[in-house]
Amino acid sequence: MKQGKLKARGRLGTGAMYHMMMLPGILFLLVFSYIPMVGVITAFQDYIPAKGMFGSEFVGLKHFIYMFKLPDIGQVVSNTLIIAIGKILLGTMMAIIFSVLLNEIRIKYVKKSVQTIVYLPHFLSWVVLASVVVNMFSLDGIVNQMLAFFGLENINFLGSNTWFQPLIIGTDVWKEFGYSSIVYLAAITSIDPGLYEAAGMDGASWWRKVWHITLPGMLPIILLMGVMSLTNILSAGFDQVYNLYNPVVYESGDILDTYVYRIGLVGRQYSFGTAVGLFKSVIGIVLLLSANQLAKKYTDRKIF
Amino acid sequence: MSYSANFKDRIGRFVIYAIVIMLALVCLLPLWNIVAISFSSSEAVSANAVGLVPVNFTTAAYTKIIDDAQFWRSFGISVLRVALALVLNMILIILMAYPLSKSKREFKGRNIYMNVMIFAMLFSGGMIPTYLLIKNLDMLNTIWALVLPGAVPIFSVILVMNFFSAVPKALEEAAFIDGANPLQVLFKVYVPVSIPALATVALFSIVGTWNDFFSGLIYMTKVSNYPLMTYIQSLNVNIADLLQAGTNSSELSNLTEISNKNLNAAKIVVAVIPLLLIYPLLQKYFVTGIVVGSVKE
Repeated sequence: MKQGKLKARGRLGTGAMYHMMMLPGILFLLVFSYIPMVGVITAFQDYIPAKGMFGSEFVGLKHFIYMFKLPDIGQVVSNTLIIAIGKILLGTMMAIIFSVLLNEIRIKYVKKSVQTIVYLPHFLSWVVLASVVVNMFSLDGIVNQMLAFFGLENINFLGSNTWFQPLIIGTDVWKEFGYSSIVYLAAITSIDPGLYEAAGMDGASWWRKVWHITLPGMLPIILLMGVMSLTNILSAGFDQVYNLYNPVVYESGDILDTYVYRIGLVGRQYSFGTAVGLFKSVIGIVLLLSANQLAKKYTDRKIF
Repeated sequence: MSYSANFKDRIGRFVIYAIVIMLALVCLLPLWNIVAISFSSSEAVSANAVGLVPVNFTTAAYTKIIDDAQFWRSFGISVLRVALALVLNMILIILMAYPLSKSKREFKGRNIYMNVMIFAMLFSGGMIPTYLLIKNLDMLNTIWALVLPGAVPIFSVILVMNFFSAVPKALEEAAFIDGANPLQVLFKVYVPVSIPALATVALFSIVGTWNDFFSGLIYMTKVSNYPLMTYIQSLNVNIADLLQAGTNSSELSNLTEISNKNLNAAKIVVAVIPLLLIYPLLQKYFVTGIVVGSVKE
């Protein structure tokens, strides 16, 4: 009877109310997400702002063909992949190691303080952190002072095509490892303590317990996070690169997003920039869908 | 247990503590160094004499900031922007997450809305079509260009949606039987029990909008309309230009701009203070919020 009563109410207006609740948000999405999607048409045009999207001439795949013929594009794609994959691999490893170690900290006060500190850089803007990084890694910064102390040669980290990518990867790992350790810590705490006791009875060392209990226990979440991070493989981090690079390191530092910004928006080649952006979006969507399938298959969880 | 095993255990524990504390210091000290620089004299900063303690302690940089009208204008724009975005985001997140947390049977059309959201998350028109839209809407150089495009944080909606769907059904049914309508149920039952998730997404909203410099960079053509991070970013660019200008360090330190390092450091410190004020308040919630909301079984 209760069921029937609820259903009746549903017919009277709960459903309509649900739709009303969705309306404002959906409108915002239509305007600010879906209209720009229509705007990708400009990638197939020679877009001229004065003529607008409906007046500009269609040129088919011209800009895409041009893109694939550009000498830069291979470099830009490989920079993007190297930086993104480096961040994913090292960042995940670092977060896992840190969470395993932090889990051993038994003094509440120490644990809490450490957590507060290592989560902090995640919440700061790359605008702010770029200053910190420049300050540390510039020619007269502390890192070079330390190199000099050990009798090593100075390195111009921010102006060297050899060092720029490691710098980007390293500083991103520094910024994010604490924050990404949150999910791994949660995974560790959900492991059955009985397993550790049993292993302890059998005389397992700390390392053996980590290797045979903790890490296998974390495996599903590690796989899930790994699969999810696949979707970021073409977003190597605009904010970070943009705030740290300069023309000297365009060769090793330019990623797809900074390239679109530089060529498309600053250089006002709207159609070409849109084409590069569309290329990135399409690859991204394919990766995300595959990642979701992989996640469903191997971890029994999914992203959406 | 033998003495030696115990001893080994203690050493191991000590090493773990040492590593963890060292990692925390590696996160903290570079930030602390900026604070020390901001309180040091510009001579000491140019001479690279500042470590963790200010050298020739002075608040000169901070008194200079007080005179920097653009800094405060940008600060004000950022505060207004964060406030507007927070209100808008929270209203939309709560309103959308609730119906979406219902099953397909309870809310016909739920999956269509869900797909509309997920597609918007997956695929975007990209930087340039979005810029052209904002331009055609005549929103360049207005605060709305900084607020409206991010009105619906889809990830946050999904996070809160997952949190809502874990709320016991009985609570809702009881409220319905008492004659409440869905809006009342949402705000009187769901919102109060979902504070951790809501605090988490509020933190995301505040941090995200406060930290964003890019929309300011592309949508604002006048420096006087820059939000704070865009303004600070435009100052940092000078440092990057200097770095490329010469690889010789003595040449660099001779340039006068470098002595502004302590002023820029002070600006960064002031820009971070608002975040540092809310961070401890929300920190206790976001760990729960993230863990519960991020993954769907």
